[in-house]
Amino acid sequence: MTATPTATEEPAGSPREDAPAGGGGRVRRVVLYVLGRLTTAVVSLGAVIVAGFFLFRILPGDPVRAMTEGREVSLEQQEELRRQFGLDQPLWAQFLDYASGLLRLDLGVSFQYREPVADLILERLGPTLLLAGTGTLLAALLGLFLGARAGWRPGGRGDRVNTAVALFFWSVPTFWLGLLLIVLLASGRGFFPGLFPTSGMTAPDATGFEAVVSTAHHMVLPVVTMVAVIYAQYLMIMRSSLIDEKGADYLTTARAKGLRDALVRRRHAVPNALLPTVTLVFLNLGQVVSGVILVETVFSWPGLGYLFYSGLHVPDLGLVQGLFVLFAASVILMNLLADLVYPLLDPRVRP
Amino acid sequence: MTDLDPRPSPAAPVPSPRALARRRRQRALGRFARSYAHNRAGMFGLLSLLVIATAALTAPMFIEQSHLSITGAPGQPYEPPSAEYPLGTDNFGRSVLDLIIWGARVSLAVGLLATVVSVTLGTVIGITAGHFGSSGGTGGRIASTVLMRITDWFLVLPTLVLAVALAAVLPGGTGTIVVAIGLTVWPPTARLVRAQTLAVEARPYVERARALGGGHTHVMLWHVLPNVMPVVLAQTTLLVATSIIAESTLAFLGMGDPTTISWGGILEAARTAGAVSAGIWWYMVPPGLAIAVVALSFTLCGRAVESVINPRLRENR
Repeated sequence: MTATPTATEEPAGSPREDAPAGGGGRVRRVVLYVLGRLTTAVVSLGAVIVAGFFLFRILPGDPVRAMTEGREVSLEQQEELRRQFGLDQPLWAQFLDYASGLLRLDLGVSFQYREPVADLILERLGPTLLLAGTGTLLAALLGLFLGARAGWRPGGRGDRVNTAVALFFWSVPTFWLGLLLIVLLASGRGFFPGLFPTSGMTAPDATGFEAVVSTAHHMVLPVVTMVAVIYAQYLMIMRSSLIDEKGADYLTTARAKGLRDALVRRRHAVPNALLPTVTLVFLNLGQVVSGVILVETVFSWPGLGYLFYSGLHVPDLGLVQGLFVLFAASVILMNLLADLVYPLLDPRVRP
Repeated sequence: MTDLDPRPSPAAPVPSPRALARRRRQRALGRFARSYAHNRAGMFGLLSLLVIATAALTAPMFIEQSHLSITGAPGQPYEPPSAEYPLGTDNFGRSVLDLIIWGARVSLAVGLLATVVSVTLGTVIGITAGHFGSSGGTGGRIASTVLMRITDWFLVLPTLVLAVALAAVLPGGTGTIVVAIGLTVWPPTARLVRAQTLAVEARPYVERARALGGGHTHVMLWHVLPNVMPVVLAQTTLLVATSIIAESTLAFLGMGDPTTISWGGILEAARTAGAVSAGIWWYMVPPGLAIAVVALSFTLCGRAVESVINPRLRENR
């Protein structure tokens, strides 16, 4: 390790060494940093909206034909549909209409449900947040814990087993894992027939406390699937982060003080190694989105991912476009959040 | 430098520079192969890939194609595994083992083609951005920044959502799947190649080439590209795994061509036929296992290549 920069910020060292300009310049730099990140996020979001609009409007040719594929529709009906969705206007007028609608949180109308996409999304947001939140939290905890174990003794037996298992789950398609769990634990033929429900979120007739228990029961398999697929990343990052941290001088000091090995790891190495992984929790949201779509599809979980899947099959391009913008926007937002939060946690990268 | 040891014997004249270069390359390749062979996981991955590729390529020789159509199915629906059908039959009575071997052809082909698309895209963008960023003047720096901004934008977008959106709006078919995957998984390659290009551009021999009058194209093709290739190779191997999983995912979401047999398509068919809730495990388990084995093999190979060309990783393992 020749990394001299790390030597400047030992915990009790001089944290302001990289800021010789004093207080005023510092505030300016922070403001500039935040503004820069905000601009990037806004530009990305704008690009997503433009790309989403033109991707779904130009490429498929005629949306009306896509909407009515496989059904007998008279010419008048087609014209009516066209007028109804504003498709008879020039493309730029459609785009302006769409963009101004977005400002009012109007994501367009679903061809399939004949309802505003925003309403559909709000309806399904809760279940998705519940599933994705629980899954991400558990995956992060598990991955960080196992990664800290594995990285402390790289090359040891625990490390090799952990890495191999993580790599295996990493190579397995998410949806297949879910299907497998259904066959084994929920279908009529597996090792434990009917232990868990195969689909849905709650039993239809459950109320009050019963509904909560039923939801938790329905959640077990989807959450297990999500955790199994996502945790590998956290494990690998935590592992390599800890390996990088292992050579640091302050660990030698801690050991020289006579601290137990476990204590050195827990109190000294892991908190520092955690820093890079914090941003990862935010940055991985894109992967969580993919996971949610697949898991919800497999388990018929009534959330946004399942909505996306159902929209794809019709095909309901209005709905798919709205969800595309929503998913991309949430990932961009999380990236922004990671950029803004990280300097607060790690003085080394403060602007 | 043992490379500069032509050892001119009286019988043979002094070899030409071209022959010297060829010999040096052969030796480098030999070194690479030897240190790769030391990596047990990498050898395992390579071996299993060879077996699968052979089975996929020779499939038409031992599988009757008419048995793969719905009407020409040889067995009864949902027969459990037996001597005749080692992995049982599907809902039409087709042998699942035959479907898996046949599906390997499409899955591997799509995975490899999508990788070619994305690696080409990533390498071109990465080298261009890296080269013009370091030696293209102000205009070059602006172009490079713009390219990297576009890369970052693609990097941020959720891959699956973008790929599905592309596959949904383009005309259906296997080519669409290749394009949809290829256009979404290239950004990490571009970033990696750009970083490596910047490192190569800082070396003196690139400066020498430029001083001798080498243009942008010459420097990029003859000096940067060969030195970026090892990184690209490792990345390619890892990307194939990603692409194959992506292909199966798209097929599972119903974006694939329903008339071709691929591993993801088999799983989708199994799901829509109700084999999941009926617990027909022999229809469900093999395709996923095949995907996992191939993806894992490519990942193991990629990591082995990475550790051979990057000694820092080898110490850390």
